[in-house]
This record gives sequence, C-alpha cells and structure tokens, in this order.
Amino acid sequence: MSHFSERLAGGEFVVTAEIAPPKGVALDLALGQADALPAEVVAVNVTDNQSANMRMAPLALAALLRQRGVEPILQMTCRDRNRMALQADLLAAAALGIENLLLLSGDHPRFGDHPQARPVFDLDSVQLLQAVQALMAGRDLAGRALTSAPVFCPGAAVTPEAEPFDLMFQKVQKKAAAGARFFQTQAVFSEEALARFMEHVRPLGVPVVMGVLLLKNARMARFLNEHIPGVRVPSDLINRLALAEDPLREGVEIARGLVATARRHCQGVHLMTLGCEDRISEILC
Amino acid sequence: MIISRQKDKAELLHHLEGKHKLFLVGCAACATACKAGGEEEIFQMQDWLAAHDREVTGSVVIQEACHIMRVARDLRQHRTAVQEADALLVLTCGAGVQSLSANTEKRVIGALDSLFLGNVRRLGQYEEKCSLCGDCILNETAGICPVTNCAKSLLNGPCGGMEDGRCEADRDNDCAWLLIYERLTRQGRQGVFARVVPNKDWGRRHQPGRHRL
Repeated sequence: MSHFSERLAGGEFVVTAEIAPPKGVALDLALGQADALPAEVVAVNVTDNQSANMRMAPLALAALLRQRGVEPILQMTCRDRNRMALQADLLAAAALGIENLLLLSGDHPRFGDHPQARPVFDLDSVQLLQAVQALMAGRDLAGRALTSAPVFCPGAAVTPEAEPFDLMFQKVQKKAAAGARFFQTQAVFSEEALARFMEHVRPLGVPVVMGVLLLKNARMARFLNEHIPGVRVPSDLINRLALAEDPLREGVEIARGLVATARRHCQGVHLMTLGCEDRISEILC
Repeated sequence: MIISRQKDKAELLHHLEGKHKLFLVGCAACATACKAGGEEEIFQMQDWLAAHDREVTGSVVIQEACHIMRVARDLRQHRTAVQEADALLVLTCGAGVQSLSANTEKRVIGALDSLFLGNVRRLGQYEEKCSLCGDCILNETAGICPVTNCAKSLLNGPCGGMEDGRCEADRDNDCAWLLIYERLTRQGRQGVFARVVPNKDWGRRHQPGRHRL
C-alpha cells in the first residue's frame, strides 16, 4: 500500500505537489525539485504531456522518483494512447512499483504544441478507471486473464467550480462508481463553491484533495481566467496581487489561506507551485 | 450527404503537371449540392483549365458517382473523349474518385477534398452530426451524438475543459454534453447518465466496410 493511500485511508490530511517531466532528456532539474520538497509532501504528481505539450513520458520520471524515495502519483491521459497502450503502460507502472494514479481525459491537442496530432480518446477518464479496476481484478479490458494482477490507488480529477454544477457532478458520480479512490480538484479559489461541492461529494465516500495554485502575479491570474477551463480567480485576489509590492509573497499568502480552506473542508491539498517549490514550506505553515 | 470542397487551385495545378488533355467528371448528388462538382463547377473548371492551356476532351456529370456500375456505364458512353484524355479530372467525393479509378486505367486526378458526412442546415451550411462509428448510443443521449459532437468523443459526460457549458476545444461551440444533459432533463429521463458507458466497440466499424442486405 502506498503511503499516500495509507494516509488517505487513515483520515490524515495529505499534501501532494506536482512536477513536470522535462522537454528534453536532462532530468537534474526535475529530480532536484523533487529532492527539495519538504517532508510534509507525501506524494508528487508527475504530469503527462501537460496542456497537450509534448514532454518526456511521465512513467520514466515517476520510476526515478520512486527510486529516490519520493512517492509518485502518475498522471495518465486518454489523449495520446489507445486502450492497449494505456493498459500496457499501467502494467509497466506496476512493475516499476508505481501505485498512485491520476486518470484524466487530457487537454485537447488543438492548444498544445502539436495541434496537428490526431487525438486518440479511445477511452474516456471513466473508462480508464474501469480499465484499472479490471487489471486490479486480474483481467484486461478484453477479459483475458493476467499472469498476476497489479495493485493501484486510482484517482480522478474534478472541477468543483465548473458550471453547470449538476452536469459536472453526474460525471463525478460515474468516476466514483468506476472505482476512483480519491479526487484531486482543479485549482479552487472560492470557499463557497468548494463547500457546495463537498456537500455533494461527501456521500460518495471518496476523499478529496483540493488543488491550490500559487498565483505569482496579477498577470498570471488573468491568464488563468482567460485560458484555463474551470479556474476562476476572483477579482479581489487579482487586485491584491496587482497592488502588492512583492506579488509572489502575496501569492504565497493567498495560497496559505487556501490551504487553510482545504483543511476546513477536504482530506488533503494538492499544491501546484510551477517552479516555486521552495515556497511550499511557507505555504504550509 | 458527403460534404466536399474544391482543392486549392495551386495544389490542383501541381497535380495537373504534364497533363494537357483532360476529361472532366462531376457528380449530380452530394458534390452538386455542395457547389463543388456539379454542372456549374464543371463549366467553371473548363474555363479555368482553358486559361491554363489545358484542353478538355469532354465531360460528364454522373447521377451518383459513388455508384460503381453507373460510373462504368457513363464512361463507356464517353469512351472516345476519355481515350483522348491524358487524365480524368474528377470533381466528386473520395468515394466517387474511387468508382472512377476502379473503372479506368487512365490517371484519375481528384479535384475535391471530402470533409464529412453532413446534415444540411441550409444550402451552403453543413453540420457534421454522425461519424458512422457503427456503435450507436443515440437512444441514450436524447438524439445528440457525443462521438461526433464532443471534441474528444467522450461517452460518459463532459471533460474538465467545459466552461459555462462551452467546449474546451472551441469556445464558440456549446459543450455537446450540456446539450445532451439539457434535452434529457427536459424529457425527464436520465438516459446515458444512468450507467457508466463501457469502452466503445470500435470493432463494429469494419474497415474496409462492406455491407450486403
């Protein structure tokens, strides 16, 4: 059992962070970032061609992190691989000792760095959860027996601030039914929206790790509002950043407040610090 | 109907290199409706070819160029003009081009790009509604196809990219899942939201497809 899933199951408040594989072959930066993470971080998400931009496969970085004693959460999207490739990668992940998974549809390639790529989406995120369930039960999606079954802790992404809420929540329920053992949220800024989401999600019995994104300045906040679906940075936060003498310091303050919100409502917090991993300790204290 | 449009003229000129005499073929069905390969476009093509020092040996607009035997018959009727030509310039969808290429040893040059199976909103305005996937769940989705209308062909609901009911891949489009959800709600039923839809059987889309009734 992974530390991450053990702590979640034990009702402990978990902290996760996020690292992107390099666009290239040099791993020192990513590994350095991982090594510098404070002890409170129990597991690290490794992103999969994030925002549809091609990078090193996360499987390699996740395996290397594990070797260094950093527990990975392998992100896996349906965009780039069909069901055979996804299952093959899942078995490879298991062989490399990777247990935690975050299973996603994936951003459309239209806005990434390979807009001419043919997107796959042979499975959707719910069906990928089903594939993981099947493998854990010792069968592949074709119903054929595996020589031995992998052990995973599969999770799924949710967007608490998405509208219409009822439509978004239909899919959340399907993800729970398909075996999601935890939810990680898109970056949330509104406590009200989070509270409404938690009220609905609680009966499903799936722990929720709230996404907290470190806002570095007002420009970044406006960019998120314009370009990142499901993320809504309220105008009062943008104003605070715009007026601050040291915007990054203000961003850390805001993130600290959001971590406090997560502690009130959720079972954990997922920190997206985008290269400012050195500020994580400050955000958590 | 198959929606098609004429290839860029520069690309077409490249394909016409070394071909001086051409026999033109149009289609009276879809390519005519799309204003890409009917009578009118054949005449325009003739003028354009003349302006580029090409001779047209003859032309025919076939009733349905996807009809293989009909194409064979029409080509026989224009045997002399076809024989005189260096190549056939075909203003039909890809299916039509292949009916032609199956019926002549002459070089066949396609002048159109086939885009999709389209519904007609009004003349000149076409919408893709069906992907011919062979595994239809329209009965559970209130008659709106997510395979075709969702940018990611998702089967279990919207992706995280939906924002205010708009599609991540194109903010000018409604999220197909919003439309499905709203219509199901108006009909007072759960439809596709009542179950987890398992992975799709792409095996039902035989390629190459053949069908006998």
